Amino acid sequence: MSDAAAPLLRARSVTRRFGGLTAVSDVSLDLAEGEIHAVIGTNGAGKSTLINVLSGEIGITSGTVELLGNDITKRSQPARAHAGLGRSYQRTTIFPRFTVFENCRLTAQATRQRPWNWWTAASSCKTSTALAREALDRTGLAAIADRTAGLLSHGEKRQLEIAMCVATRPRVLLLDEPLAGMGAEETERMLGLLSGLKAGHAILLVEHDMDAVFRVSDRITVMVNGAVIASGVPAAVRADSEVQLAYLGEVNA
Amino acid sequence: MDLPTFLVQCLNALQYGLLLFLVASGLTLIFGIMGVINLAHGSFYMIGAYLAFSLAPVFGGNFATTLAAGLVLAVIFGYLLEWLFVSYLYERDHLQQVLMTYGLILVFEELRSILVDNDVHGVPVPAWLSGSVQLGDLMQYPVYRLAISAVCLAVAAGLYFVIARTRLGMMIRAGSSNREMVQSLGINIKFLYRVVFAAGVALAVFAGMIAAPVSSVYPGMGAQVLIVCFVVVVIGGIGSVRGAFLAALLVGIVDTFGKVLFPQAAGIAVYLLMAAILLWKPEGLFRQG
Amino acid sequence: MIAAARRLSLPLIVVGLLLLFPLATTGFYLEFTSKVMILAIFALSLELLVGATGLVSLGHAAFFGIAAYATVLLSPKYGAAGVFWILPAAVACSALYAFCVGVLALRTKGVYFIMVTLAFAQMAYYVFHDTPLGGGTDGIYLNLKPEVMLFGARIVDLGKPVAFYYVVLACLVLVFLFLAVLLDSRFGRVLAGIKSNEQRMRAAGFATFPYKWAAFTLAGALAGLAGFLVAVKDGFVNPEMLSWHESGAVLLMLILGGMGRLSGAVLGAFAFALLQLFFQWDVAFGSFAKHWPLMLGGTIILCVAFMPNGLIGLPGQWRAWRARKAAEAARV
Repeated sequence: MSDAAAPLLRARSVTRRFGGLTAVSDVSLDLAEGEIHAVIGTNGAGKSTLINVLSGEIGITSGTVELLGNDITKRSQPARAHAGLGRSYQRTTIFPRFTVFENCRLTAQATRQRPWNWWTAASSCKTSTALAREALDRTGLAAIADRTAGLLSHGEKRQLEIAMCVATRPRVLLLDEPLAGMGAEETERMLGLLSGLKAGHAILLVEHDMDAVFRVSDRITVMVNGAVIASGVPAAVRADSEVQLAYLGEVNA
Repeated sequence: MDLPTFLVQCLNALQYGLLLFLVASGLTLIFGIMGVINLAHGSFYMIGAYLAFSLAPVFGGNFATTLAAGLVLAVIFGYLLEWLFVSYLYERDHLQQVLMTYGLILVFEELRSILVDNDVHGVPVPAWLSGSVQLGDLMQYPVYRLAISAVCLAVAAGLYFVIARTRLGMMIRAGSSNREMVQSLGINIKFLYRVVFAAGVALAVFAGMIAAPVSSVYPGMGAQVLIVCFVVVVIGGIGSVRGAFLAALLVGIVDTFGKVLFPQAAGIAVYLLMAAILLWKPEGLFRQG
Repeated sequence: MIAAARRLSLPLIVVGLLLLFPLATTGFYLEFTSKVMILAIFALSLELLVGATGLVSLGHAAFFGIAAYATVLLSPKYGAAGVFWILPAAVACSALYAFCVGVLALRTKGVYFIMVTLAFAQMAYYVFHDTPLGGGTDGIYLNLKPEVMLFGARIVDLGKPVAFYYVVLACLVLVFLFLAVLLDSRFGRVLAGIKSNEQRMRAAGFATFPYKWAAFTLAGALAGLAGFLVAVKDGFVNPEMLSWHESGAVLLMLILGGMGRLSGAVLGAFAFALLQLFFQWDVAFGSFAKHWPLMLGGTIILCVAFMPNGLIGLPGQWRAWRARKAAEAARV
C-alpha cells in the first residue's frame, strides 16, 4: 500500500474559474506511489476540469501543483509530461490510422526526440521501440501490436489509450474515465490492468462506475460543485453522511 | 495635416470601414453560425457593383429602385445558392469548403464576364445626393459619401436590433452555440440557415451597390474586398458581429491614414495591423464561444 | 520489401517516362513538361504542410514568388550569377519570410490559419505590386540566366531547354526522395501525429509549435526552389506569381492528385496543368475556350465533391464502392 515517503504529486488549493463560474474550488490532494486515488462526483462536479488543470492542458486560476517535489504550476503540458506526468483521455485519443505498436512508439518517442536526425527512419529508433514493447506487454496488447488502431474494439481502444500514456514511463498517471463505455468483461480486464499498474506509479482515477471505484481504489476524494466534500479510505467515504446526502439524497445511519 | 484635411480623412476612414463592416458581418455570421468558410463572399460584393451598373439603365437611372431591385434579386440568389450548393458544405472539412468555394469564385467571375463584361465602369451618383458639404474654408466633402456612412450605420443598428432583440436573433444565437438542441426544439434549422445565408449575401450585394458610385466597378474588386474582410474577421473574432464592427472601423482608419501618411507602404499597413493584433490576441479581439 | 517495391513502382515508371520524354519531343511540349515538373515541386512543398502536418495554407504562393523575385533582383545587371550562390540565396529569402510568417500564423488554428496565411501572402503581393522594388505590375526581366560553373568550367547550360529539363527532373526526384525520407523519420512521424491529434502529442511531451514552425519554414524553402527554377526558365517574374490564384491552384493540385501521398502531389500537378490546357483547347471547345475558368471552376467543385481522395485515391474509392455493392447484393 502507500509508504511513508513524500507523495509524487501534491495539489494545493487548486482553483479554476471560467469568468463567473468556479469549476474547481480550492481542491487539495496527494497522489502517493503504489496507490490508486479515485476522484468521484456527480456530473459537472469539476472532475475533468481538475485533470485538465493538473495535466497543464488548461491554466490554473490559483493554487499550486508539485510533481516529485518540483513546482510545476507554471509549466506547459509537454514540460509536465517530460517531468513524469502522463494522462489518458475520456474520449479516445488514439491515432486511428497507425498500428497499435506505432501508437505507443510515437508517444514514447517524446522521451528522446532527436528531430534533427532526418535521415534515419523512426521505426529504427531503439529507445521508442523498446518503450513501446514494454508498454504493450504491460497492458496486454502485445498480441495485436500490428493491427490498425481504428479497427480495434472499444475496450481494446481504451486499453491502447492507457498503453500510450504508460509508454512515456511517467511516474504519475492521470486517468480520465478509462472504463467509459465498457461492458462487464472489459471492465474486469481494465481493473486488473489498473491494479497491475500501481507498482511504481501514483494513479489518479476519475470514474463514474461506483462499484469499480470502491473495489480498486486506495483513497477516494468526492467532489460536488467543484469543491471537495470528503476524502479518505473507501470505507470512511462510504460512511460519510455528506457523501450519502449528495448521492442518495438522504443519510443512512 | 490641417484640420479640414484630417476631418476629410476621418470621414473617408469611417465610410470605408462601415462598408467593410457590411460585407464582413455577413462573412462572420455565416462562418460563426454555419461553420462554413466561403471564399466567394467577395464575389457577392462584385456582383452588387455590376448589378448597380447593369440595372441602372433598366430603371432609367433611378438609384432607389435599382437598389430595391438589386436587394430582391440578392435575397433570391442567396436563398437558392444556399439551398443548391452551400447546404452541402456543412458536413465537409475546411479544406474542401475552401476549394469548392474557390471553384465558385471562378464560376462567378466567368459568368460575369459572359453576362456583362470585363471592363471598368463608373456608376453615376444619384442626382439628389450629388452635392457637397462645406468643411472649413477650402474643403468640400461629397454628400453621397456621408449618405453611405449613414446608410451603413442604419443597417448596423438594424442588425444589432435583429440579433439582440428579436426572436429570429435569439434563434440565430442559439443555433450558433447548439445546433442539435435548436433542432430538437422544433425550430427549422435548415430554414434558419437559409435565411442567415441569404441575409449575408444581401448585405454584401447591397454594400457593392452603394459603393459603386465612389469606388467604380472593376473585375478585381471581389478579391480585394474578400481579403480585407478576412483581416477584419481575424481581428474581430469569428462569429462576433460586434468584433467585426470594431475591427472594420479599425481597418478603415489604418488603411486610410496609412495611405495618406505612408503612400509607399500603402497596401501593407492593414496586414501589419493584423500581425500586431495576432501577437497580442491570436483568436481575435472578441472571439465567440 | 515487396510492399516497398509496389509503392515505388508508380514513381519509378513516371521517372522513367520523364527521362525518355525529351527524346520524343521538342519545343512546346518539352517546355510545358518542364513547367509542370516545377509545379510538382511546388505542390510537394505544400504537401509537407497540408498533407503531412494538416496545416491548410492559402498563402503558399508567396514563398514561390519571393524566391523568383530574389533570383532576378539579386542577379548582377551585367553578367550571369553563379548558381551555387544565387540558388541558396533565393531559397533563403523565401525561407526567411516563411520563418517570420510562421511564428505569427501558427499562433492561430483552423480557419483563422487559412485566413492569416492568405493575408500574409497578400502583403507580399502588394510589396511587389505597388512598390518600385519589383518593377510594379509589369514585372521584371532576368538579363542572364545563372550559370553552373564548377572549377571554372561550365558543366550545364541552363539556357538550353533539354539541359534545363534534366536539371528540373533531377530537382524533382531529389525533393521527392528527401521528403519521402523525412516523412519516415522521427520528425516526420511527429508531424503525422500532430495532424492526427495535436493535443495527444502535447500530452505525450512534444512541444508541437517548434515542429510546426520547422515544417512551415521548410515548406517555404522548397516552394522557393520551385520559384527559382521558374525564374530561370522564363527569365521573367511578375507579381501574379504571389497572387492567391496561385495559392489556390497549388492547393487544388493536392486535392486533385490526392492528399497524404507524395505521388498524389506530383500527379495533381500534372492533372491540373493538363486540365487547364485542355479547357483552353479551342479544337474541343471552340470560342467557348476563352471561358475556361468557368469549366475549371465547375470541375474543381465536382472533383472535390465526388473525388475527396483525389486521383490517387480512385482505386481505393472504386474498391470501396465494389465492396459496398457486393455487400448489398449478398443481403438481397
